[in-house]
Amino acid sequence: MSKKVLILKSSITGLLAVFLFTFFISKNKSETYEVLTKLNSNCPPGFKKNANNECIAQNLYMQYNSPNGLGVGGLQTGLPEIRDGFSPQQIDLGRYLFFDPILSGDGSMSCASCHNPEKGFSDGQKTSLGNNHQKLKRAAPSLWNVAYLKKLFWDGRATSLEEQMQEPLFSKIEMNNTPDNLLNKLNSIKEYQQMFAEAFPDRAINSEIKLNEIYKSIAAFQSSLISLNSKYDRYAHGYHDALNDNEIEGMNVFRSFVARCAECHTPPLFTNQQFAVIGTPEPNGIQFDPGAQITFKDSTLRGAFKVPSLRNIEKTAPYMHSGNFATLRETVEFYTQGRGHAVPKNENLIIHWHIWEPNLTAYELDRLVDFLKTLTDETFTPKIPNTLPSGLKPSV
Amino acid sequence: MKSTVIKFIGAILLLCIGIFIGKSFFRSSTETAVPMPSGMTYRSTGASNDTTQVLKSNSFNGEIIEVKKGNSIQEAVKKANPGDLIRVYPGNYSENVFIDKDDISLQGVVINGKWPTLDGKKEINDAFLYSGNGILIENFKIINYKGNAIMGQAGNNFIIRNNWIIDTGVYGIFPQYGKNGLIEHNVLSQIADAAIYVGMCDNVDVRHNEVFDNVAGIEIENSRHCLVENNYAHNNTGGLLAFVTPGLPIKTTFDVILRNNFVVNNNHENFGAPGSTVAGIPAGTGILIMAADDVIVENNIITGNNNTGITIVDLATGDPKANDPNSEGNPDRVTILDNIMFDNGNNPTGEIKTIMLTQLDSNGPDIFAYGGGTGSTIRNKNRYRTFGIADYGTAQINDTKDILTMMTPKPVPPRSVSKEEIGELTYYGVCAGCHAFGTRLIGPPTEIIQAIHNDNPQGIVDYITKPKNLRDDYPEMPPQDYLSDEAKMAVAEYILSIKH
Ligand code: HEC
Repeated sequence: MSKKVLILKSSITGLLAVFLFTFFISKNKSETYEVLTKLNSNCPPGFKKNANNECIAQNLYMQYNSPNGLGVGGLQTGLPEIRDGFSPQQIDLGRYLFFDPILSGDGSMSCASCHNPEKGFSDGQKTSLGNNHQKLKRAAPSLWNVAYLKKLFWDGRATSLEEQMQEPLFSKIEMNNTPDNLLNKLNSIKEYQQMFAEAFPDRAINSEIKLNEIYKSIAAFQSSLISLNSKYDRYAHGYHDALNDNEIEGMNVFRSFVARCAECHTPPLFTNQQFAVIGTPEPNGIQFDPGAQITFKDSTLRGAFKVPSLRNIEKTAPYMHSGNFATLRETVEFYTQGRGHAVPKNENLIIHWHIWEPNLTAYELDRLVDFLKTLTDETFTPKIPNTLPSGLKPSV
Repeated sequence: MKSTVIKFIGAILLLCIGIFIGKSFFRSSTETAVPMPSGMTYRSTGASNDTTQVLKSNSFNGEIIEVKKGNSIQEAVKKANPGDLIRVYPGNYSENVFIDKDDISLQGVVINGKWPTLDGKKEINDAFLYSGNGILIENFKIINYKGNAIMGQAGNNFIIRNNWIIDTGVYGIFPQYGKNGLIEHNVLSQIADAAIYVGMCDNVDVRHNEVFDNVAGIEIENSRHCLVENNYAHNNTGGLLAFVTPGLPIKTTFDVILRNNFVVNNNHENFGAPGSTVAGIPAGTGILIMAADDVIVENNIITGNNNTGITIVDLATGDPKANDPNSEGNPDRVTILDNIMFDNGNNPTGEIKTIMLTQLDSNGPDIFAYGGGTGSTIRNKNRYRTFGIADYGTAQINDTKDILTMMTPKPVPPRSVSKEEIGELTYYGVCAGCHAFGTRLIGPPTEIIQAIHNDNPQGIVDYITKPKNLRDDYPEMPPQDYLSDEAKMAVAEYILSIKH
C-alpha cells in the first residue's frame, strides 16, 4: 500500500469521525429542542418537506401529463394545480384550530361540527345546523381534496380558503364569532401563543396572534386532506384487478356518453370545477335556491351549483346542495328521470346540455353506485387532537 | 341422349368443382392478402407529403392476438400488452370494449366484403371506450349503439380510421382530452349529434371522411390546432362546425383549418336531442363557426346548403346557454380564402330568414356573419352573396399550402419520470399514510424498515407484495400488490436511500 493511499484512508476515517461526532451532537441538540415544540415538524402523509420547511404534495398522479394543465381527462391524467407549500407546523396548528370550539362565538361549534372527519368532512345533515341549532340553507360540502379547488362554496363565491372561512366564522347564523372576540380569546391562551410563534417563526418575538395567521393555519390544515388512494385509483394506475366486474361495469356507465357522469365529474378529481344547472329539487320546506346566479350576477346561471368532487362520496350522504337525496341510488336515479323533471313550475332554468334522458336501467343505476363506492379512501385521515389549548373538548 | 345428360351433369359438376376450388383458392389468397398490420406508419396513398414521425415511431411491435367470430374482443384487450395488435375477424360482436392500456392496436379484418361488426343492438352504450395513449382502431363496422362508436378520454397519439359507423347514438367518433390524433377514411351516418366530434383536444387531423345523414357532420369543439381536410359532408343538418361551448373546463377553440372539403346539401332535418348544442343548428347549414378564433376556410366546395353556406356567429347569437364568464364568445380573425360556393340559401329558416327578409332577399347568403368578432378577413369578397361581413378586410394570406398537418411532429411523449421520482411519489403518496420517520403511525417507523432491510430492496418488495403479520402490537399491513413491479422496486430503493 503506498503512502498516499494510507494518508487518504486515514484522513477519510478522520473526516468520518468528525462527521459522526457533529452529527450526533447536532442530533442530540435537536432532540432537546423537539421536547419544547408543541407542533408536529413532519409533513402529513401525501407531502414531502423541502429545504424551506414547506410541505409539497406528492402522489402517483404526478406521473402523468394533464391536458392544457387543467387536471381533467381520463384515468392517467395529472391533477389540477394544488395549493401546497405550508409548513408542517402551520398544518398542525390548523388541526388544533379546526377542532377547537373556541373559534365560535359561544364556544359551542368548531369547523369540525359541520366538517366531521367521520362523515367525510361533512355532517350527515341535509342542510347544516348553525348557531343555536338553526337550520341553514345548504349542505356542508366535504373537504377532501379541497386544496385542488379554485372556487369555494356551492355557488363559488369565494376564491380562497382564507376568504371562504371568514363567512362561517363571523356569520351570525353560523359560528357567530367576531374578529375581535376571536383574537382576544386566542391571544389569552398561552399554549396557542406558543403554537403560533412556532408556526410563524418569522414574526417579531411576543407579537400577538393575527387574523391572517389563523386563516392561514386553518387553510394549511384543510389543504392537507388528500384522498387519492382509493380502489379506483389503483385501477387507474394500471392494476385492473382492483375493481370487480360490477364496479368496472359501473365505471363504464359512468364515463359513457349515455350517462355522461364523467363529463362534469371528470377524473382524476371527479369534478371539472365548473358551474352547472341540473335542476335538482329542494327538500320540502326549503325555498328554491338561485345558486351561482347571485355570485356571478347572471340570470342564465340561475340554479347553477359548483360540480362537487365525488371522492369519498359514499361517506357524505345526503346528497346535492340541500341534501334532498338520502342515498347514492336515489341520487343517480335523478339523472334518468327526465331533463328538468324536478324544476318548479314557475322557474325557467337553462338546464345543462348534459342533463338529458339517458334511460339508464335499474341495473345500470346499481352499477353506478357500485362504482361510486370505489372512490372511497380515508387512509390519510388526520387525528383529532386529544386535548385542545383552549381546554375545551374537541367538537365534531 | 343419355350421354349428353351425363356430359351435362359432368360439366356442371366440373363447373361446381371449379367454382369451389376457385373460391377456396381465392378465399385463402384473400386471407393471405389481408394487409399485415401496418401499425401507425401507414397514411393514405397520395398524401405522401407526410413527414410526421408520429405514425412511424409508433409502429406495431408486439404480439398478434386474433379474435374470431364467437369470441370476445374485450377478452383480447384484457390479455393484450402495450405494443400488441388485436385482429378481429368478420362476425358480430355485441360488446362494449374498453381499453385502459397504452399502445394497443385494434384492427378489423375485412374478408370478402364481410366486416367485423360491433352491434350495440340499441342496448349497449359504447362500442369502444379508450383512455390509453397510442390507441389505433381501424376497419370496424359499428352499428346501433346508444352513446358512441368510439370514445376516447384523454388518450394521446390516437388513430381512428377506415371505420364504417351507422347510428351509434349521440356521437360516432369522439376523442376527448386527447393530443395528437388522426381521424381518417371513416364513413359515418345517422348520428344524433356529431358524427365526428373532436372535443377539448389539440393537434388533430380529420381527413378523408364521409359524413352524411347526421345532425352535425364534423365538429371541432373547444379544441386547438385542427385540420379538417378532404372530407365529404352531405345531407347533415350542419356540415362542418368549429365552435366554443361555454361551461367546459377547456375554454377555447383556435387555429383550425377547414380545407378542401365537399360541404354539400346539408339540409337534413334536425333530430338532435332537446337541449344539446346541435339541436339549435338550423337545417341547411354548410359550415358553422361559432366563437372559434383563427379559423381558415379554404378551397371547399360549399353548395346546395339551404340556409347558408357559411355562418359565423358569436355565442350570444348562436348558443343561448348558461353563460361562462371565462368563455370569450366572439369569433375573431376568421379567414375565408377561395371557396366554390353557389346554390346556397335556397330555403332559409328562422332568424336568418327574418334577417334576410329585411334585406328584401328571400334567399340565405353564401356567407352570413352576425354578432361580435374582430380581425376577420376574406379573399375575393365580391364573388359571394354575403351578409354581415362589411367589416371584413382583405385576407393577408393566399393559401395554407405550407401546412400539411396539425399533428405534432413527434408523438406526445409520456411525462418522463425517473425511477427515483416514482419511488418518492409512491413513498409519500402511499406508504407515508402508515410509515414515517421518528414516529409510529399505523406501521413501524421508516427507520426500522431501513434497518431491517438495509441493502435489500428485494426484501421490501417481497414483503409489501405479500405482507405477513410480524408484530403483535401492530395490525397486518394491507398488501401493496397493486403497485407495478417497477413502482415496488422504486419505492423499496427510495426508502433505503432516504437520509433522515
Ligand atoms: C395502511 C397502512 C400501511 C401502508 C399504506 C403501508 N404499510 Fe407497511 N406496514 C404497515 C404495518 C401495520 C406494518 C407492520 C406489520 C407487522 O409487523 O405485522 C408494516 C410493515 C412494513 C414492512 C415490514 C418491516 C419488517 O419488519 O420487515 C415494510 C417493509 C413496509 N411496511 C413497507 C411499506 C411500503 C414500502 C409501503 C408503501 C408502498 C407500505 N409499507 C405501506 C402498514 C402500512
